Amino acid sequence: MDLLDTFFNVPILIRTFPMLMSGLWITIQIGATSIIAGLVLGLFLSLIRLYAARPLVFIARIYIDVFRSIPLLVLLIVVYYALPFVGIRLSPFLSAVVALTLVSGAYTAEIFRAGIEAIPSGQFEASRALGLSYRHMMVDVVLPQAVKIVIPPLTNNCINVMKDTALASVVAMPDLLKQATQAQALAANPSPLIGAALIYLAFLWPLVALVSRFERHMGQRGAR
Amino acid sequence: MSSFIEIRNLNKHYGAFAALTDIDLDIAEGEVVCVIGPSGSGKSTLIRCINLLESFSEGSTILVDKIPVEPGKHLAQVRAEVGMVFQSFNLFPHMTVLRNIMLAPLRVRRLSEEQAEKKARELLDRVGIGEQAEKYPGQLSGGQQQRVAIARALAMEPRVLLFDEPTSALDPEMVGEVLDVMRDLAGTGVTMIVVTHEMGFARQVADRVIFMNGGKIVETGKPEEIFDAPKEPRTRDFLSAVLNH
Repeated sequence: MDLLDTFFNVPILIRTFPMLMSGLWITIQIGATSIIAGLVLGLFLSLIRLYAARPLVFIARIYIDVFRSIPLLVLLIVVYYALPFVGIRLSPFLSAVVALTLVSGAYTAEIFRAGIEAIPSGQFEASRALGLSYRHMMVDVVLPQAVKIVIPPLTNNCINVMKDTALASVVAMPDLLKQATQAQALAANPSPLIGAALIYLAFLWPLVALVSRFERHMGQRGAR
Repeated sequence: MSSFIEIRNLNKHYGAFAALTDIDLDIAEGEVVCVIGPSGSGKSTLIRCINLLESFSEGSTILVDKIPVEPGKHLAQVRAEVGMVFQSFNLFPHMTVLRNIMLAPLRVRRLSEEQAEKKARELLDRVGIGEQAEKYPGQLSGGQQQRVAIARALAMEPRVLLFDEPTSALDPEMVGEVLDVMRDLAGTGVTMIVVTHEMGFARQVADRVIFMNGGKIVETGKPEEIFDAPKEPRTRDFLSAVLNH
Protein backbone atom coordinates (compact mmCIF):
# COMPACT_ATOMS: atom_id res chain seq x y z
CA MET A 1 0.00 0.00 0.00
CA ASP A 2 1.76 3.12 -1.14
CA LEU A 3 1.07 6.79 -0.66
CA LEU A 4 -0.89 7.23 -3.88
CA ASP A 5 -3.25 4.36 -3.11
CA THR A 6 -3.83 5.63 0.41
CA PHE A 7 -4.36 9.33 -0.12
CA PHE A 8 -4.94 9.81 -3.86
CA ASN A 9 -6.86 6.68 -4.72
CA VAL A 10 -8.44 7.76 -7.98
CA PRO A 11 -11.18 5.09 -8.23
CA ILE A 12 -12.30 5.92 -4.68
CA LEU A 13 -12.16 9.64 -5.43
CA ILE A 14 -14.35 9.14 -8.49
CA ARG A 15 -16.76 6.88 -6.62
CA THR A 16 -17.20 9.31 -3.71
CA PHE A 17 -17.21 12.47 -5.84
CA PRO A 18 -21.05 12.75 -6.03
CA MET A 19 -21.22 12.50 -2.22
CA LEU A 20 -18.64 15.23 -1.86
CA MET A 21 -20.48 17.46 -4.34
CA SER A 22 -23.74 17.10 -2.42
CA GLY A 23 -21.75 18.10 0.66
CA LEU A 24 -20.31 21.11 -1.15
CA TRP A 25 -23.83 22.22 -2.06
CA ILE A 26 -24.86 22.11 1.62
CA THR A 27 -21.68 23.98 2.56
CA ILE A 28 -22.50 26.71 0.03
CA GLN A 29 -26.07 26.96 1.32
CA ILE A 30 -24.97 27.30 4.93
CA GLY A 31 -22.18 29.73 4.02
CA ALA A 32 -24.20 31.96 1.70
CA THR A 33 -27.16 32.18 4.11
CA SER A 34 -24.88 33.02 7.04
CA ILE A 35 -22.90 35.59 5.06
CA ILE A 36 -25.99 37.45 3.88
CA ALA A 37 -27.68 37.33 7.28
CA GLY A 38 -24.39 38.36 8.88
CA LEU A 39 -24.06 41.37 6.56
CA VAL A 40 -27.54 42.59 7.43
CA LEU A 41 -26.98 42.04 11.14
CA GLY A 42 -23.53 43.67 10.95
CA LEU A 43 -24.70 46.80 9.12
CA PHE A 44 -27.54 47.18 11.61
CA LEU A 45 -25.18 46.72 14.59
CA SER A 46 -22.58 49.13 13.19
CA LEU A 47 -25.15 51.90 12.72
CA ILE A 48 -26.39 51.36 16.28
CA ARG A 49 -22.80 51.37 17.51
CA LEU A 50 -22.10 54.66 15.71
CA TYR A 51 -25.30 56.67 15.87
CA ALA A 52 -27.77 55.28 18.42
CA ALA A 53 -28.49 56.44 21.96
CA ARG A 54 -26.03 55.57 24.75
CA PRO A 55 -27.70 52.44 26.22
CA LEU A 56 -28.12 50.91 22.76
CA VAL A 57 -24.50 51.66 21.88
CA PHE A 58 -23.50 49.89 25.09
CA ILE A 59 -25.59 46.81 24.26
CA ALA A 60 -24.19 46.68 20.72
CA ARG A 61 -20.64 46.88 22.07
CA ILE A 62 -21.25 44.06 24.55
CA TYR A 63 -22.78 41.93 21.81
CA ILE A 64 -19.89 42.55 19.43
CA ASP A 65 -17.24 41.83 22.05
CA VAL A 66 -18.94 38.65 23.31
CA PHE A 67 -19.44 37.11 19.90
CA ARG A 68 -15.95 37.95 18.76
CA SER A 69 -14.55 36.24 21.88
CA ILE A 70 -16.56 33.03 21.96
CA PRO A 71 -15.17 30.09 19.96
CA LEU A 72 -17.55 29.21 17.15
CA LEU A 73 -17.45 25.50 17.96
CA VAL A 74 -18.56 26.20 21.53
CA LEU A 75 -21.35 28.47 20.32
CA LEU A 76 -22.51 25.85 17.83
CA ILE A 77 -22.64 23.16 20.49
CA VAL A 78 -24.55 25.46 22.83
CA VAL A 79 -27.07 26.33 20.10
CA TYR A 80 -27.59 22.74 19.00
CA TYR A 81 -27.26 20.73 22.23
CA ALA A 82 -28.08 23.20 25.04
CA LEU A 83 -30.90 25.34 23.65
CA PRO A 84 -33.29 22.34 23.44
CA PHE A 85 -33.19 22.27 27.26
CA VAL A 86 -34.91 25.68 27.27
CA GLY A 87 -37.33 24.57 24.59
CA ILE A 88 -35.57 26.00 21.54
CA ARG A 89 -35.02 23.16 19.13
CA LEU A 90 -33.28 24.14 15.88
CA SER A 91 -32.54 21.88 12.93
CA PRO A 92 -28.86 21.17 12.24
CA PHE A 93 -29.00 23.55 9.27
CA LEU A 94 -30.57 26.37 11.30
CA SER A 95 -28.21 25.77 14.23
CA ALA A 96 -25.22 26.14 11.95
CA VAL A 97 -26.62 29.23 10.24
CA VAL A 98 -27.61 30.87 13.55
CA ALA A 99 -24.19 30.30 15.12
CA LEU A 100 -22.29 31.45 12.03
CA THR A 101 -24.52 34.51 11.59
CA LEU A 102 -24.21 35.60 15.22
CA VAL A 103 -20.43 35.56 14.97
CA SER A 104 -20.15 36.88 11.42
CA GLY A 105 -22.50 39.75 12.33
CA ALA A 106 -20.18 40.81 15.13
CA TYR A 107 -17.14 40.85 12.86
CA THR A 108 -19.03 42.55 10.03
CA ALA A 109 -20.25 45.27 12.40
CA GLU A 110 -16.66 46.12 13.28
CA ILE A 111 -15.70 46.17 9.60
CA PHE A 112 -18.53 48.57 8.70
CA ARG A 113 -17.80 50.78 11.68
CA ALA A 114 -14.11 50.98 10.82
CA GLY A 115 -15.01 51.75 7.20
CA ILE A 116 -17.27 54.66 8.09
CA GLU A 117 -14.85 55.96 10.72
CA ALA A 118 -11.97 55.80 8.25
CA ILE A 119 -13.55 58.55 6.17
CA PRO A 120 -11.67 61.73 7.18
CA SER A 121 -13.75 64.27 9.09
CA GLY A 122 -12.87 66.81 6.38
CA GLN A 123 -15.15 64.92 3.99
CA PHE A 124 -18.08 65.38 6.37
CA GLU A 125 -17.16 69.03 6.93
CA ALA A 126 -16.82 69.82 3.24
CA SER A 127 -20.22 68.20 2.59
CA ARG A 128 -21.86 70.19 5.35
CA ALA A 129 -20.18 73.43 4.30
CA LEU A 130 -21.57 72.92 0.79
CA GLY A 131 -25.06 72.58 2.25
CA LEU A 132 -25.57 68.91 1.39
CA SER A 133 -28.30 67.17 3.38
CA TYR A 134 -27.38 64.26 5.68
CA ARG A 135 -28.76 61.82 3.12
CA HIS A 136 -26.78 63.27 0.22
CA MET A 137 -23.67 63.45 2.37
CA MET A 138 -23.93 59.72 3.15
CA VAL A 139 -25.04 58.58 -0.31
CA ASP A 140 -22.81 60.76 -2.50
CA VAL A 141 -19.73 61.28 -0.37
CA VAL A 142 -19.30 58.95 2.62
CA LEU A 143 -20.68 55.53 1.67
CA PRO A 144 -19.04 55.28 -1.79
CA GLN A 145 -15.70 55.81 -0.10
CA ALA A 146 -16.53 53.50 2.83
CA VAL A 147 -17.58 50.66 0.51
CA LYS A 148 -14.17 50.69 -1.16
CA ILE A 149 -12.54 50.44 2.24
CA VAL A 150 -14.71 47.60 3.56
CA ILE A 151 -14.73 45.32 0.50
CA PRO A 152 -11.37 43.62 1.19
CA PRO A 153 -12.06 42.88 4.89
CA LEU A 154 -15.65 41.83 4.07
CA THR A 155 -14.37 39.38 1.47
CA ASN A 156 -11.92 38.08 4.04
CA ASN A 157 -14.79 37.57 6.46
CA CYS A 158 -16.72 35.67 3.77
CA ILE A 159 -13.77 33.32 3.38
CA ASN A 160 -13.68 32.74 7.13
CA VAL A 161 -17.41 32.00 7.27
CA MET A 162 -17.07 29.55 4.38
CA LYS A 163 -14.25 27.73 6.13
CA ASP A 164 -16.11 27.72 9.44
CA THR A 165 -19.06 25.94 7.83
CA ALA A 166 -16.94 22.79 8.27
CA LEU A 167 -17.80 22.98 11.98
CA ALA A 168 -21.40 22.21 11.05
CA SER A 169 -20.32 18.59 10.70
CA VAL A 170 -20.36 18.32 14.50
CA VAL A 171 -24.13 18.90 14.53
CA ALA A 172 -24.64 16.10 11.99
CA MET A 173 -25.05 18.43 9.05
CA PRO A 174 -24.07 16.57 5.85
CA ASP A 175 -21.78 19.36 4.65
CA LEU A 176 -18.62 18.84 2.64
CA LEU A 177 -16.47 17.75 5.58
CA LYS A 178 -19.12 15.45 7.05
CA GLN A 179 -19.66 13.78 3.67
CA ALA A 180 -15.93 13.34 3.30
CA THR A 181 -15.52 11.67 6.71
CA GLN A 182 -18.47 9.39 5.96
CA ALA A 183 -17.07 8.51 2.56
CA GLN A 184 -13.76 7.81 4.25
CA ALA A 185 -15.46 5.41 6.63
CA LEU A 186 -17.34 3.67 3.83
CA ALA A 187 -14.30 3.31 1.60
CA ALA A 188 -11.96 2.57 4.48
CA ASN A 189 -9.58 4.99 2.81
CA PRO A 190 -8.73 8.65 3.58
CA SER A 191 -8.72 9.75 -0.08
CA PRO A 192 -12.15 11.43 0.19
CA LEU A 193 -10.72 13.72 2.88
CA ILE A 194 -8.01 14.79 0.47
CA GLY A 195 -10.72 15.23 -2.17
CA ALA A 196 -12.64 17.51 0.23
CA ALA A 197 -9.50 19.49 0.95
CA LEU A 198 -8.94 19.99 -2.77
CA ILE A 199 -12.55 21.10 -3.25
CA TYR A 200 -12.27 23.64 -0.40
CA LEU A 201 -9.08 24.87 -1.98
CA ALA A 202 -10.51 25.14 -5.49
CA PHE A 203 -13.49 26.99 -4.11
CA LEU A 204 -11.74 29.42 -1.72
CA TRP A 205 -8.45 30.10 -3.48
CA PRO A 206 -10.05 32.43 -6.06
CA LEU A 207 -11.64 34.40 -3.22
CA VAL A 208 -8.30 34.72 -1.45
CA ALA A 209 -6.68 35.86 -4.69
CA LEU A 210 -9.48 38.38 -5.12
CA VAL A 211 -8.77 39.88 -1.68
CA SER A 212 -5.09 40.19 -2.55
CA ARG A 213 -6.01 42.01 -5.73
CA PHE A 214 -8.33 44.39 -3.88
CA GLU A 215 -5.59 45.12 -1.38
CA ARG A 216 -2.99 45.80 -4.07
CA HIS A 217 -5.49 48.03 -5.84
CA MET A 218 -6.30 49.93 -2.65
CA GLY A 219 -2.61 50.35 -1.90
CA GLN A 220 -2.07 51.98 -5.28
CA ARG A 221 -5.08 54.24 -4.92
CA GLY A 222 -4.11 55.20 -1.40
CA ALA A 223 -0.68 56.42 -2.54
CA ARG A 224 -1.05 60.01 -3.62
CA MET B 1 -24.80 100.89 7.02
CA SER B 2 -26.23 97.56 8.09
CA SER B 3 -23.78 94.74 8.39
CA PHE B 4 -24.00 91.63 6.27
CA ILE B 5 -22.48 89.38 8.89
CA GLU B 6 -23.27 90.29 12.46
CA ILE B 7 -21.55 88.51 15.33
CA ARG B 8 -22.65 89.40 18.85
CA ASN B 9 -21.24 88.17 22.12
CA LEU B 10 -19.83 85.00 20.57
CA ASN B 11 -18.47 82.53 23.13
CA LYS B 12 -17.24 79.00 22.75
CA HIS B 13 -15.81 76.61 25.33
CA TYR B 14 -14.14 73.23 25.13
CA GLY B 15 -14.82 72.10 28.68
CA ALA B 16 -13.07 74.65 30.88
CA PHE B 17 -11.03 76.07 28.00
CA ALA B 18 -12.45 79.25 26.45
CA ALA B 19 -11.82 79.00 22.71
CA LEU B 20 -13.65 82.24 21.93
CA THR B 21 -14.54 84.99 24.36
CA ASP B 22 -17.07 87.76 23.76
CA ILE B 23 -16.45 88.25 20.06
CA ASP B 24 -18.35 91.15 18.47
CA LEU B 25 -17.82 91.68 14.78
CA ASP B 26 -19.64 93.32 11.88
CA ILE B 27 -18.69 92.67 8.30
CA ALA B 28 -20.13 94.56 5.36
CA GLU B 29 -21.15 92.94 2.10
CA GLY B 30 -18.21 92.73 -0.30
CA GLU B 31 -15.67 93.39 2.42
CA VAL B 32 -12.42 91.40 2.50
CA VAL B 33 -11.33 90.67 6.07
CA CYS B 34 -8.10 88.90 6.98
CA VAL B 35 -7.83 87.28 10.39
CA ILE B 36 -4.29 86.86 11.71
CA GLY B 37 -2.85 85.67 14.99
CA PRO B 38 -0.80 82.89 16.58
CA SER B 39 -1.99 79.29 16.30
CA GLY B 40 -4.55 78.40 18.92
CA SER B 41 -5.80 81.98 19.02
CA GLY B 42 -9.28 80.99 17.82
CA LYS B 43 -9.07 82.32 14.24
CA SER B 44 -10.23 79.09 12.61
CA THR B 45 -12.80 78.43 15.31
CA LEU B 46 -14.26 81.90 14.67
CA ILE B 47 -14.85 81.38 10.97
CA ARG B 48 -16.02 77.79 11.49
CA CYS B 49 -18.77 79.16 13.74
CA ILE B 50 -20.11 81.27 10.86
CA ASN B 51 -21.35 78.19 8.98
CA LEU B 52 -21.86 76.20 12.19
CA LEU B 53 -19.14 73.63 11.59
CA GLU B 54 -18.45 74.50 15.23
CA SER B 55 -21.29 74.95 17.67
CA PHE B 56 -21.10 77.88 20.07
CA SER B 57 -22.42 78.80 23.50
CA GLU B 58 -25.96 79.87 24.18
CA GLY B 59 -26.47 83.61 24.27
CA SER B 60 -24.16 84.05 21.29
CA THR B 61 -25.64 85.34 18.05
CA ILE B 62 -24.43 85.17 14.48
CA LEU B 63 -26.56 86.58 11.67
CA VAL B 64 -25.68 86.10 8.03
CA ASP B 65 -27.81 88.37 5.83
CA LYS B 66 -30.22 88.60 8.82
CA ILE B 67 -30.59 84.81 8.97
CA PRO B 68 -29.65 83.41 12.37
CA VAL B 69 -26.96 80.72 12.31
CA GLU B 70 -28.48 77.93 14.37
CA PRO B 71 -29.37 74.25 13.98
CA GLY B 72 -32.62 73.76 12.12
CA LYS B 73 -34.15 74.66 8.83
CA HIS B 74 -32.35 78.01 8.38
CA LEU B 75 -29.01 76.25 8.43
CA ALA B 76 -29.24 74.92 4.87
CA GLN B 77 -30.00 78.47 3.73
CA VAL B 78 -26.97 79.85 5.55
CA ARG B 79 -24.68 77.12 4.25
CA ALA B 80 -25.88 77.69 0.70
CA GLU B 81 -24.82 81.33 1.01
CA VAL B 82 -21.55 80.71 2.81
CA GLY B 83 -18.82 78.83 0.94
CA MET B 84 -15.74 77.47 2.63
CA VAL B 85 -12.20 76.61 1.55
CA PHE B 86 -10.22 74.38 3.89
CA GLN B 87 -6.54 74.09 4.69
CA SER B 88 -6.52 70.44 3.60
CA PHE B 89 -8.71 71.02 0.49
CA ASN B 90 -11.17 68.24 1.44
CA LEU B 91 -11.99 67.43 -2.15
CA PHE B 92 -13.99 64.25 -2.71
CA PRO B 93 -11.32 61.78 -3.84
CA HIS B 94 -13.71 59.34 -5.54
CA MET B 95 -15.09 61.95 -7.97
CA THR B 96 -13.50 63.71 -10.89
CA VAL B 97 -12.67 67.38 -10.52
CA LEU B 98 -15.75 68.21 -12.59
CA ARG B 99 -18.10 66.08 -10.42
CA ASN B 100 -16.61 67.63 -7.28
CA ILE B 101 -17.72 71.04 -8.50
CA MET B 102 -21.07 69.87 -9.87
CA LEU B 103 -22.24 67.92 -6.80
CA ALA B 104 -23.63 70.71 -4.61
CA PRO B 105 -25.25 72.68 -7.47
CA LEU B 106 -26.97 69.44 -8.55
CA ARG B 107 -28.10 68.36 -5.10
CA VAL B 108 -28.68 71.66 -3.29
CA ARG B 109 -29.48 74.18 -6.06
CA ARG B 110 -31.14 71.47 -8.15
CA LEU B 111 -29.51 72.56 -11.40
CA SER B 112 -29.74 70.25 -14.42
CA GLU B 113 -26.69 68.20 -15.41
CA GLU B 114 -26.01 70.51 -18.38
CA GLN B 115 -26.30 73.70 -16.35
CA ALA B 116 -24.11 72.32 -13.58
CA GLU B 117 -21.46 71.08 -16.00
CA LYS B 118 -21.42 74.36 -17.94
CA LYS B 119 -20.95 76.30 -14.74
CA ALA B 120 -18.28 73.91 -13.44
CA ARG B 121 -16.26 74.25 -16.67
CA GLU B 122 -16.53 78.05 -16.56
CA LEU B 123 -15.27 78.07 -12.98
CA LEU B 124 -12.39 75.74 -13.77
CA ASP B 125 -11.35 78.09 -16.57
CA ARG B 126 -11.63 80.98 -14.18
CA VAL B 127 -9.24 79.38 -11.68
CA GLY B 128 -6.95 78.45 -14.56
CA ILE B 129 -7.22 74.64 -14.68
CA GLY B 130 -9.90 74.00 -17.29
CA GLU B 131 -7.87 71.18 -18.81
CA GLN B 132 -7.93 69.13 -15.56
CA ALA B 133 -11.71 68.61 -15.45
CA GLU B 134 -11.68 64.85 -16.01
CA LYS B 135 -8.88 64.07 -13.56
CA TYR B 136 -9.24 62.87 -9.99
CA PRO B 137 -8.08 65.12 -7.13
CA GLY B 138 -5.24 62.73 -6.26
CA GLN B 139 -3.71 63.35 -9.69
CA LEU B 140 -3.38 67.10 -9.12
CA SER B 141 -0.78 69.16 -7.29
CA GLY B 142 -1.73 70.79 -3.99
CA GLY B 143 -2.08 74.20 -5.60
CA GLN B 144 -4.35 72.80 -8.29
CA GLN B 145 -6.42 70.94 -5.70
CA GLN B 146 -6.93 74.10 -3.71
CA ARG B 147 -8.00 75.96 -6.84
CA VAL B 148 -10.55 73.18 -7.50
CA ALA B 149 -11.75 73.61 -3.92
CA ILE B 150 -12.22 77.33 -4.53
CA ALA B 151 -14.15 76.58 -7.74
CA ARG B 152 -16.27 74.06 -5.84
CA ALA B 153 -17.16 76.69 -3.24
CA LEU B 154 -17.88 79.29 -5.96
CA ALA B 155 -20.23 76.90 -7.80
CA MET B 156 -22.84 77.53 -5.11
CA GLU B 157 -22.66 81.26 -5.89
CA PRO B 158 -22.05 82.07 -2.24
CA ARG B 159 -22.23 85.62 -0.97
CA VAL B 160 -19.62 84.87 1.66
CA LEU B 161 -16.43 82.86 1.27
CA LEU B 162 -14.56 81.59 4.32
CA PHE B 163 -10.92 80.65 3.84
CA ASP B 164 -9.37 78.58 6.63
CA GLU B 165 -5.59 78.89 6.15
CA PRO B 166 -5.93 78.04 2.45
CA THR B 167 -2.20 78.05 1.71
CA SER B 168 -0.80 76.52 4.90
CA ALA B 169 -0.71 72.96 3.54
CA LEU B 170 0.90 73.95 0.23
CA ASP B 171 4.47 73.69 -0.94
CA PRO B 172 5.93 77.19 -1.07
CA GLU B 173 6.05 77.36 -4.86
CA MET B 174 2.29 76.75 -5.05
CA VAL B 175 1.20 79.40 -2.60
CA GLY B 176 1.31 82.14 -5.22
CA GLU B 177 -1.10 80.53 -7.67
CA VAL B 178 -3.75 80.13 -4.95
CA LEU B 179 -3.27 83.66 -3.61
CA ASP B 180 -3.62 84.97 -7.20
CA VAL B 181 -7.02 83.32 -7.52
CA MET B 182 -8.08 84.77 -4.18
CA ARG B 183 -6.83 88.21 -5.16
CA ASP B 184 -8.97 88.06 -8.31
CA LEU B 185 -11.99 87.15 -6.19
CA ALA B 186 -11.55 90.11 -3.87
CA GLY B 187 -13.44 93.04 -5.30
CA THR B 188 -15.95 90.90 -7.22
CA GLY B 189 -18.55 91.67 -4.57
CA VAL B 190 -18.20 88.43 -2.62
CA THR B 191 -17.54 88.91 1.07
CA MET B 192 -14.32 87.19 2.07
CA ILE B 193 -13.07 86.21 5.51
CA VAL B 194 -9.57 84.82 5.27
CA VAL B 195 -7.66 83.19 8.12
CA THR B 196 -4.08 83.37 6.95
CA HIS B 197 -0.41 83.55 7.80
CA GLU B 198 0.34 85.32 4.51
CA MET B 199 0.99 88.82 5.81
CA GLY B 200 1.83 90.15 2.34
CA PHE B 201 -1.54 89.03 1.05
CA ALA B 202 -3.36 90.49 4.05
CA ARG B 203 -1.60 93.84 3.64
CA GLN B 204 -2.26 94.01 -0.09
CA VAL B 205 -5.80 92.63 -0.41
CA ALA B 206 -7.63 93.07 2.90
CA ASP B 207 -10.01 95.94 3.56
CA ARG B 208 -9.60 95.19 7.22
CA VAL B 209 -7.26 93.08 9.32
CA ILE B 210 -8.24 91.46 12.60
CA PHE B 211 -5.61 90.32 15.07
CA MET B 212 -6.73 87.59 17.47
CA ASN B 213 -5.02 86.17 20.52
CA GLY B 214 -6.28 83.83 23.25
CA GLY B 215 -9.77 83.59 21.77
CA LYS B 216 -10.28 87.37 21.70
CA ILE B 217 -10.11 90.06 19.08
CA VAL B 218 -7.18 92.15 20.22
CA GLU B 219 -7.04 94.74 17.50
CA THR B 220 -8.75 95.51 14.24
CA GLY B 221 -8.03 98.11 11.60
CA LYS B 222 -6.95 98.86 8.06
CA PRO B 223 -3.88 96.86 6.92
CA GLU B 224 -1.64 99.95 7.16
CA GLU B 225 -2.79 100.57 10.73
CA ILE B 226 -2.21 97.01 11.86
CA PHE B 227 1.05 96.37 10.06
CA ASP B 228 2.70 99.80 10.29
CA ALA B 229 1.34 101.18 13.53
CA PRO B 230 -0.11 98.44 15.74
CA LYS B 231 -1.49 99.89 18.97
CA GLU B 232 -1.52 96.76 21.11
CA PRO B 233 1.75 95.31 22.43
CA ARG B 234 0.58 91.75 21.69
CA THR B 235 0.00 92.69 18.05
CA ARG B 236 3.46 94.22 17.88
CA ASP B 237 5.05 91.12 19.42
CA PHE B 238 3.26 88.79 17.02
CA LEU B 239 4.08 90.86 13.95
CA SER B 240 7.73 91.24 14.85
CA ALA B 241 7.92 87.47 15.41
CA VAL B 242 6.39 86.57 12.05
CA LEU B 243 7.90 89.35 9.95
CA ASN B 244 11.49 89.16 11.22
CA HIS B 245 12.77 85.77 10.19
